[in-house]
Formats: sequence, structure tokens, C-alpha cells
Amino acid sequence: MHHEIHPSASPAAIELHNHIKDALISSFGDDITGSQIDYDFPVFSVAKNRIHDVLEFLKNHNDLGFTFLTTMCGVHYPGNAGQEFALVYQLHNMEKNYRVRIKTFMADKDLNVPTATDLWLGANWMEREAFDFYGFRFTGHPDLRRILNMDEMNYHPLRKEYALEDAGRDDKEDKYFGR
Amino acid sequence: MRAVTIKKINISDDKIMKGTSGNIGQTFATASQVTEQKDYSILNLGPTHPATHGIFQNILTMDGEIIVKAEPTIGYIHRAFEKLAERRPYNQITPITDRLNYCSSPINNMGWHMTVEKLIGCEVPKRAQYLRVIIMELSRIADHIVCDTVIAVDTGAMTGFLYLFQWREKIYEIFEEICGARLTTNIGRIGGMERDFNEKAWSRIHAFLKEFPKALSEFDKLVTRNRIFMDRTINCGAISAENALAYSFTGPNLRAAGVDYDVRVMTPYSSYEEFDFTIPVGTNGDTYDRYMVRMEEMWQSMGIIEQAIKNMPDGKYHAEVPEFYLPPKEDVYSKMEALIYQFKIVMGETDVPKGEVYHAVEGGNGELGFYLISDGGRTPYRLHMRRPCFIYYQAYPSMIEGGMLSDAILTMSSMNVIAGELDA
Repeated sequence: MHHEIHPSASPAAIELHNHIKDALISSFGDDITGSQIDYDFPVFSVAKNRIHDVLEFLKNHNDLGFTFLTTMCGVHYPGNAGQEFALVYQLHNMEKNYRVRIKTFMADKDLNVPTATDLWLGANWMEREAFDFYGFRFTGHPDLRRILNMDEMNYHPLRKEYALEDAGRDDKEDKYFGR
Repeated sequence: MRAVTIKKINISDDKIMKGTSGNIGQTFATASQVTEQKDYSILNLGPTHPATHGIFQNILTMDGEIIVKAEPTIGYIHRAFEKLAERRPYNQITPITDRLNYCSSPINNMGWHMTVEKLIGCEVPKRAQYLRVIIMELSRIADHIVCDTVIAVDTGAMTGFLYLFQWREKIYEIFEEICGARLTTNIGRIGGMERDFNEKAWSRIHAFLKEFPKALSEFDKLVTRNRIFMDRTINCGAISAENALAYSFTGPNLRAAGVDYDVRVMTPYSSYEEFDFTIPVGTNGDTYDRYMVRMEEMWQSMGIIEQAIKNMPDGKYHAEVPEFYLPPKEDVYSKMEALIYQFKIVMGETDVPKGEVYHAVEGGNGELGFYLISDGGRTPYRLHMRRPCFIYYQAYPSMIEGGMLSDAILTMSSMNVIAGELDA
């Protein structure tokens, strides 16, 4: 398992990270594929087929109690062969002020992910947004339609293959913008 | 005389005669049949409707004046901010954040600056943090003025709106003095403030602090205990705390439902831990509670600004981060280093460290979060904005279904849904 701790992580963050890690590893074992601390934020990677179970486990855990879904979004890593897409969930325990970020990576061939709308009503539009921009298929979602873009659109615009600039322009080459 | 009346009914409607003739069972059967075959009417509210204060479309299925079903359509002013941010240097993303919740742009600006500062590990001087607090609380007041006065307008109270709205204008004059802009402010810089407040700005702030409480308490007297206003807003568009949490509500709308979550207290930033203020909460989560929470927050913000002025530390108003903070103009013309940094910043050639950060501020509508992934380039690899409006507006149908159309308008204005933040 990949494990990494950011140098600026505080002792409290490391303690919380270890606490969540122990709970997750004891229940899910090898399905937890990575753990790290990004600037005081505990981050865990989870195998895609267990993502719903992990979210449910964290939500209903007696002590951790991540009952609040802060936000959720997709990320595209075209160079990351076999794991081109990532979904990122951020959960919050408001009483104890614990936060955690859960990631799951998947190949571009299979973008089916179990929905989290049965855990949080608020996941509905967040998942529609992730579908709209990246094309994730949330199985079990009650109403998976585009949300911000028009229904007729036939691509998912936040994917990296769609350049922002007009292809006919040559005065804005990527190398001038650090990409 | 009486006999004539009965005869009239008999002629005009023989169904009534059947009903009164004693066959009760048949009458009930007819009534239930009518209910099943009831025709609903479809009302297209929006996208541009004078009562919705923004570009929102709701297709309402109406049973008379009762809303049976509501289906919102959003995205009318979608500008792909998250995509745009992937091609812009960090300092050029600030103007994008202006256009999220444009009623309180400075809070968005500061939230973005603090996100980048967290990524590059920059410690902002105390004075800059206090100056930021003043600006953020002024914009919170401006944001809440918009929301609360518009609730009053939607209940028919135009006077209060016109009376208090001019104070938003005074706040904009303060912003104008600090940064030169009024609405889309682009205020502050990565590392601090672009300049210290000048004399005129301070005198405007002092004048505001002196005169605004009088206006606010007059508005309060005019509206808060007004019988018509209370009848219209109490129990209108209510949401329970459980539902609000399930829908990921934050900010005044969550606090109105009784949950005391405020980012300023939970995860203090910009020295908020040094200020003494109260988080008001409601009980019912209805329009009246949302109004009341915002009213009280304005008073609390006034207190925070007064504390910030009283305890204002001396010192610099920006950190020493030459890669991100433009050097003084005279140095650019006379020093090599300054010229190089000026060029690199203006041309967007500053590399940032690799990393992932999430930073949240308490915006006018709740937790405004920036989730930034940097792969070490000059632009973000991915920037996701947690926009409170987008997240809580999805609860709108469940809050208005079963209520009257006029209550739906009030519910929307009391949730303070801002199209810019909703559609991003």
C-alpha cells in the first residue's frame, strides 16, 4: 500500500489519519489501496467496487461518524494508464471536526460507479455534475442527466483531451502556459 | 321569496339536486372520480422571471395555486470556471472567483488567495489578516442586506428594501476606496493585500460603523415583527435539520434549521479564532428563521469589524512572496530581481509546488471550498469549487412542494440562491 505524509502535517492530523486508517484496514484490508496526508488532510484510496461500502462504513461508524458529505468531484489523469479517472469524496464529521478525503481510481473503459444518493440526498446533483463533466455512470442514481451543460451535448468537457483554446489559434501554445 | 331561490338552483344545476336527493353513496363515488381525473396545469416559472431575482427555471405542476411537483433546470449562466481555471495562472483565477457569489465577491477572492497560500506555505502577516477580516465581514453584511431586503420585497414591503439597500452602496464605496472596484472586486493578492487602506477608506468604514446600526435597527423595527411579514414567512419553505444535513446545507440556511456549523469557528482562518462573536441559530428552518439568522449575523459582523479595528496590528500588509506578489513599480524600473518577478507574474510563468489542498471559508451562503490539485505547473491541474448554492438548491423542490406558489418565491429568495454561484 502506498503511504505518504506531507511534511507540514500536524500531530493531530497524523493521529486522526492513523485512527481512520486502522478502522478502514481492519474492515476492508487490501481494498484500501493508498493512504496519505495532504496538508493536514487524511486521504485514502479505495478499490472502486468497495467505494459504496467504505462511504457507508464511514458514515455509520460510531466514533468517526462522517455523516456530512462536503463535496465530491471527478478528476481526469489521461497519462495514468488503467486508472485514468478518479472520483474524490470529501466527508466531514461536524461534531468532532474530522475531515477525510476518499478517492477511487478507475479505467476509462468502465466508468460505472455505485451511487451515493442512498447515503446522502445531496449527492444527487454532485453526481449529475460529475457525470456531466467526466461521464461517470452512477448505477442506481434516480435521475442521471446532464445538469449544467445542455442535454444535446455529446462529450464530457472537463476531460483533458478537450483543449480550452480554439484549435485554430497558434498564439497561445501550451508551452507558454506551463502545460 | 325562498321558494323562488330553490327553483333557480333546480333549473341551473340538476347535479346539485341529485346530491341533495339522498343518494349519498353515489355522490362520494362521483367526487373521488373527479379527484382522479383532475387536470394539473403546468407553470413555467423562469428562466427570466421578475420574481426569481436571477436566471432560474422551474417547471411547476400546479393544482390550482398549490405546487404538486417542481423540476428545476439550472446552468443558464454556466461559464465553465473549473475548465477555465485549468488554463490560467493562479493570480488570474481571482477574477473568476469574483463571479461566483457576486453579492460577496471579496469573500470568494480571499478564499482563493488563502487556498493558494496554503499550497505554497505562505504565512500572511497579522495586519493583512485583520484587513481581510474587515473586508470579508463588510461583504457578509452586503450579502445579507441583499437577501433580507429581498425577502421583504417578496412579501410586499418595498420601503424597507429601498431604505436598507443604499447601505450596500456605502459598502461598495468602501471597496472602491480599497481596490478601485465595486461589485467584481478582485481584492487582495496572493500573500496579503495589494495596498493598505487609505485615510478615506478608514473614514468611510468609521462612518459606516456609526450610521449603519441605526438604519439596520429601523429596518428591523419595520419588518421583523410586522404581522403581515410574520404571517407570510413563518412555516414557509421549512426544512428540518436532518434533511438539511442530508442535503449538505451549510451557512445561514443550515443554521436556521438549528445546526451551529460555521467555518469561521470550526476551522478558523485569517485569525478568526481571535475574535469574539456568536453564531445565531434558528429552530424551524423556515423563511422567517433564515431571515432572522441573517439579521443577527449582520449585527455580529459589525462587532467583528469593531474588534478588528480596535486590535488592528501594525506591520506589513503583505507577505514576502516575490514569485506571487507584484514588486513596487519603482523597483521594477531600477532593480533586476524586481523586473524579473514582475515579468514572470504578469506573463503567468510562476511555477507552484506540487500538492493537493482544500480550503474553505464561510461565504455569504455557507462553506465555500476550493479543492486544488497542482501538478507543479503554472496553472492548477484541477480546481473544484464547492459552491454552497449549487449544493443546497437541489433541496428546493422538496421545500416548496405542497405549498403555495407565492411561498415558493419567498423560499427561493430566503435561501439566497445566487445564479453565479449556482452555475459557476
